Amino acid sequence: MRKIGLTLGPLLFNWEADRLRSFYSEIAAATHFDRVHLGEVVCGKRMPFSDPVWPEVIERLEAAGKEVVLSTLALPATERERKSIAALCGDGRLVEVNDVTALPLRKGRPFVVGPLVNVYNERAAQFFAARGAATLCTPVELPLTSVRTIAEACPDLEIEVFAFGRLPLALSSRCYHARLHGLHKDSCQFVCAKDPDGLAVDTIDGQPFLAVNGVQTLSQGIQAFCPTADEAAASGIRRLRLSPHTTNMGTVSAIYRDLLDGLIDPPGARARLSGLGLPGALIDGYTRGMAGCAPAA
Amino acid sequence: MSIELVCPAGTPSALRAAVEAGAHAVYCGFRDETNARNFPGLNFSPQELRDGVRFAHERGAKVLVAINTFARAGAFEPWARALSYAEEAKADAVILADIAVLDYAAAKHPKLRLHLSVQAAAATPEAIGFYAETFGVKRVVLPRVLSVEEIAALNRAIGIETEVFVFGGLCPMAEGRCALSSYATGRSPNISGVCSPPEAVAYSEDKGGTAAKLAGFTINRFKPAEPAGYPTLCKGRFVAGGKTSYLFEDPTSLNAAGLIANLKKAGVTALKIEGRQRGKGYVAEVVRMFRRVVDAIEAGQPPLEAERMLQAFVEGGRQTSGAYKKTWR
Repeated sequence: MRKIGLTLGPLLFNWEADRLRSFYSEIAAATHFDRVHLGEVVCGKRMPFSDPVWPEVIERLEAAGKEVVLSTLALPATERERKSIAALCGDGRLVEVNDVTALPLRKGRPFVVGPLVNVYNERAAQFFAARGAATLCTPVELPLTSVRTIAEACPDLEIEVFAFGRLPLALSSRCYHARLHGLHKDSCQFVCAKDPDGLAVDTIDGQPFLAVNGVQTLSQGIQAFCPTADEAAASGIRRLRLSPHTTNMGTVSAIYRDLLDGLIDPPGARARLSGLGLPGALIDGYTRGMAGCAPAA
Repeated sequence: MSIELVCPAGTPSALRAAVEAGAHAVYCGFRDETNARNFPGLNFSPQELRDGVRFAHERGAKVLVAINTFARAGAFEPWARALSYAEEAKADAVILADIAVLDYAAAKHPKLRLHLSVQAAAATPEAIGFYAETFGVKRVVLPRVLSVEEIAALNRAIGIETEVFVFGGLCPMAEGRCALSSYATGRSPNISGVCSPPEAVAYSEDKGGTAAKLAGFTINRFKPAEPAGYPTLCKGRFVAGGKTSYLFEDPTSLNAAGLIANLKKAGVTALKIEGRQRGKGYVAEVVRMFRRVVDAIEAGQPPLEAERMLQAFVEGGRQTSGAYKKTWR
């Protein structure tokens, strides 16, 4: 059986340059990730701060033998944002398409289809595969039954599933961090940087519910899809995506590697994840065709 | 050519009401998961669509059929069938979102005119150009994320028609890219054609008043005398950073009637009124009002006080021009 790969997804949150450097140094040094996504996906206003960091991070990761994928913006609006996507699409490395905008710009060269692109069925997956998609990370809503149908219809497409982290659920042109702080988006003062895992949103009856991250809304619960290697392979999954959080991602990758190598079982993996002090309960309902917030089981 | 008024028809009687009230075009969908307003008691059978198209065509109005959900893996048949029914009924266009459905329609129904649904969330010249060149899409319904200035710039950069929402419900999220509803309830616009579905709604009373819940999550609370609103997920009150607020959007509706002249100047071809879940009385009144506004603008008359005229039709009396003005963000 083919070894199931571990992908570190793109960072969704607004971290300062120093934090980015030290985080990716640790990723380069100590973990089981064989592929690492870099680049700003959520908000183009953050790019002037993070962009200068990427060249040295790329160099370090590639020197450590990791495959680097360049992720692109999910909701481009300004000309500058569109140009940044065009520039990234010209790169020789693998590029992650997170909006259809990038598709014509990446024509004829291989790419990853990110989970924010709507690929809900095997016909759409075949369409992307025919245009050069090498990997498809399926939308978070998709149940494993659909993932399997897609995988069976697209044997050459590497199927990846969002396995760990707060689920990216929605995008807006409105910035909720700015709105909450009484600011306009154009003069947001980058208040989203105060919440490096996103800001928890509870119901007025105190139930944990969602999280906001600038223009993005996420789950408050932490996706913890923990399949054995056999279970993953049975659904046609060849990669698991772990999404960066402030917790020690090296430890998270070790837990998933142990799980996929059969050293621990799914309840054991969830028990170890629970011990990390994560900012939400463990969930995995979407994979089983249930509400996304359903507790991991 | 006059700017086209595209009006909601959740039922055959709403279709007739809209056409008689002056709609240039109506849009509707089939009674199944292929359209994004898959609510009980709404929508059309194939026969009802044929009759509706005949009724509209006899009065010079067009019918656009929304087949705008994402096909379920391994179960493409309902979407393929819906395209055939729409073509057989002589619909003037179909409104599609899923690349799989667009690809199939372009190959198997080359004579059908294709519009790109707002659910496809195409908001840049690159994305819109891709759909136009790849599938021959003739019109794009723009996501409600753009300002009037951005729409004008977009129209200069693309070669196909644009349609924009001017009235009715307002999603603060980019449509087609929101899974909040399925996170709470298991059903969402993309996978089931519904948002905040009625079967997940419950109202519970206690001494403080009424809690409006969605799949057990309290979306809002109302005082004993207050009318309890429907718990649409993104229009609720939540607690974040120690503050209780309508974090995503106030319980408000879109009303861009006052911007129609600007939208026309921005190169927009068609104006869309939301509300396929509304009754024929509401549809008739709103369509009649909008037709007067459009006709006044086309005749070069000073714009009517359109927003004020439509105030009475707005949810809770509160309205916004949404993303069309940049300050909304």
